Amino acid sequence: MSPRDAILAAVRSNLPRPAVPLPAIPGFPENDEPLLPSFRRQLEAMGGRSFEVADGEAARAKVAELFPAAKVVCSAATEVPGARRVEDVGDPHELDDVDVGVVRSPLGVAEAGAVWLTLGELVVSALGVLSQHLVVLLDPASVVATMHDAYGRIDLAASPYGVFMAGPSATGDIEGVIIHGAQGARSLTVLLLAPALG
Amino acid sequence: MTRPVDAEGLAARFIADEAHESTHDRLVWGMRHNRDMAVAGVPEWEELRELASRIKEHTLAHLDRYLEEFEANATKLGTHVHWARDSEEHNAVVYEILHAHGVKSLTKSKSMLQEECGMTPYLQKRGIEVTESDLGERIQQLDGEPPSHIVVPAIHKLRSDVAALFARDLGTDPTNADPHYLAEAMRQDARPRFMAADAGMTGANFAVAETGGFVVCTNEGNADIGASVPPLHIASIGIEKLIPRARDLGVFIRMLSRSALGSAITQFTSHFHGPRRDGELHVVLVDNTRSDRLGSPDFWHGLKCIRCGACMNTCPVYRRGSGLSYGATYSGPIGVILDPGFDIRKYRELPFHSSLCGSCTEVCPVKIDISDQIYKWRRVVAAKGLLTLTKRVGMRALGTTFAHPALFHAAESVGESAMVHLPRFLLYNSLNPWGKHRELPAAPKQTFRQWYIENRRNP
Repeated sequence: MSPRDAILAAVRSNLPRPAVPLPAIPGFPENDEPLLPSFRRQLEAMGGRSFEVADGEAARAKVAELFPAAKVVCSAATEVPGARRVEDVGDPHELDDVDVGVVRSPLGVAEAGAVWLTLGELVVSALGVLSQHLVVLLDPASVVATMHDAYGRIDLAASPYGVFMAGPSATGDIEGVIIHGAQGARSLTVLLLAPALG
Repeated sequence: MTRPVDAEGLAARFIADEAHESTHDRLVWGMRHNRDMAVAGVPEWEELRELASRIKEHTLAHLDRYLEEFEANATKLGTHVHWARDSEEHNAVVYEILHAHGVKSLTKSKSMLQEECGMTPYLQKRGIEVTESDLGERIQQLDGEPPSHIVVPAIHKLRSDVAALFARDLGTDPTNADPHYLAEAMRQDARPRFMAADAGMTGANFAVAETGGFVVCTNEGNADIGASVPPLHIASIGIEKLIPRARDLGVFIRMLSRSALGSAITQFTSHFHGPRRDGELHVVLVDNTRSDRLGSPDFWHGLKCIRCGACMNTCPVYRRGSGLSYGATYSGPIGVILDPGFDIRKYRELPFHSSLCGSCTEVCPVKIDISDQIYKWRRVVAAKGLLTLTKRVGMRALGTTFAHPALFHAAESVGESAMVHLPRFLLYNSLNPWGKHRELPAAPKQTFRQWYIENRRNP
């Protein structure tokens, strides 16, 4: 018998009884706090930061202001062109020298302070973790309240990779001291900006 | 015959060092405290626990069906699905894939299952370089120790231990024990390894039957580096990690990190569905005694575990003795109920490495009856004749005393009189481990029974 069939047979002969029905996941009452301030506060608690920007020009200026020493800005977002376009990156190893990665997220989650990113936005998944710093553009209108709401809006199987990113890479592995930039991005900055029309 | 793990002796060695013990206790209790704060912010927490528990119980009761559904959907996405009955088969499957791709070095993120299988030494013996990418896990790898905690593997170490280790292996300044400096040194050392790796390996926190994908939760984003930089990604997944629907993730993701560290979510919650362009994705579904446990009415609930570590953080025995005292892959209360299932002789002492206070059961996000199972494992150990001599003699004496009221009352009075009149060295000696680090309370003048007879019997 193949390992597969042996495992399935062993499982079948040992299934616990009586079986419990699969529960429906109910809606939970939401608190009254407006979503955007709640998202921003939670993002900060996770070690990230956010700024409101008026338009694409303001977004570009903000990136220049926050990262004056950045040599390589690699962008996947239309509002901030960057010196390098991620669409031109053939192999993830080419992202090793990226100082600032820029990408637009289609969804934010208030309770987690998290932004959702898939290959659709990142184009090359390593952009989210190899960049020294990450800037994420987010439409303030695309923030939902809870993880339940978030999973209700996304189609997981549509992208090989999808990540909820809540703040930068972090570790508390040495005596519980929180350090940002363990292995992935050292900082996560969310720029609140609706996508340009057309 | 396997030698049993001497949990008590290992704990005593850890406790003997005051600085390590007190820092460990403080840090681990801090995680428990943060968990409480996070849980207080979720009014529906108890409802979520009940949902999580029922989703897991339902899945386990139909596990064959959900495994097949997962396999079919994963295959449709282009993922290669492998099956392994035990650790040996798992390691062989992984090595075969690596060998076929000419892999010389790989980036590994934290996986308790790969730890359970002894995968890293297996691969290294065959010439494959394995780099742990989680900071705590890498610290443990350099030090030649297993992880002492499911979530924070090096929590039993002081910053000075890490400074000494990194000075030896990474050439850092041995006098600089600043965690920021040490973490940065590891980042600089690890990056070139990540860029040179031929493959990435991860575990999985959840596998979703409905979508054929899996989820990995990390705070460092290290699993994502391993999965997104080299062209080959292999994930080892225990068959109990299945959940039916994508929507179920909402329940579990809301609970996992709140239970573990007290944060609303891990910094990275990463979903993998099929290979990326020009990449290859392999999944190894591993049994390794899980199907046996499924058939045990007393112990199958242990398979609901989502590896958050909350039971470890709350456990008074774990906090004092550290995770290494369990001498096993899984430590803390969850280890006490999982490890004997792998080897009852080796881990026969673990069910006694507990005060049965029940706090673990209270904090478990998926409602595993951990403390009840610890008690049941004690019975299994006794029934198999594996109790140590001191426990057998002591238990028998206690049993006889409790079973005979006259003997018990006599013992009570003698005990009190002894506490008042006996010299210290008779109470606090090496034959009475409870006398270490503890003062007995002052003995009352009479027993409760004597007081009751005098005051209440004849009003």
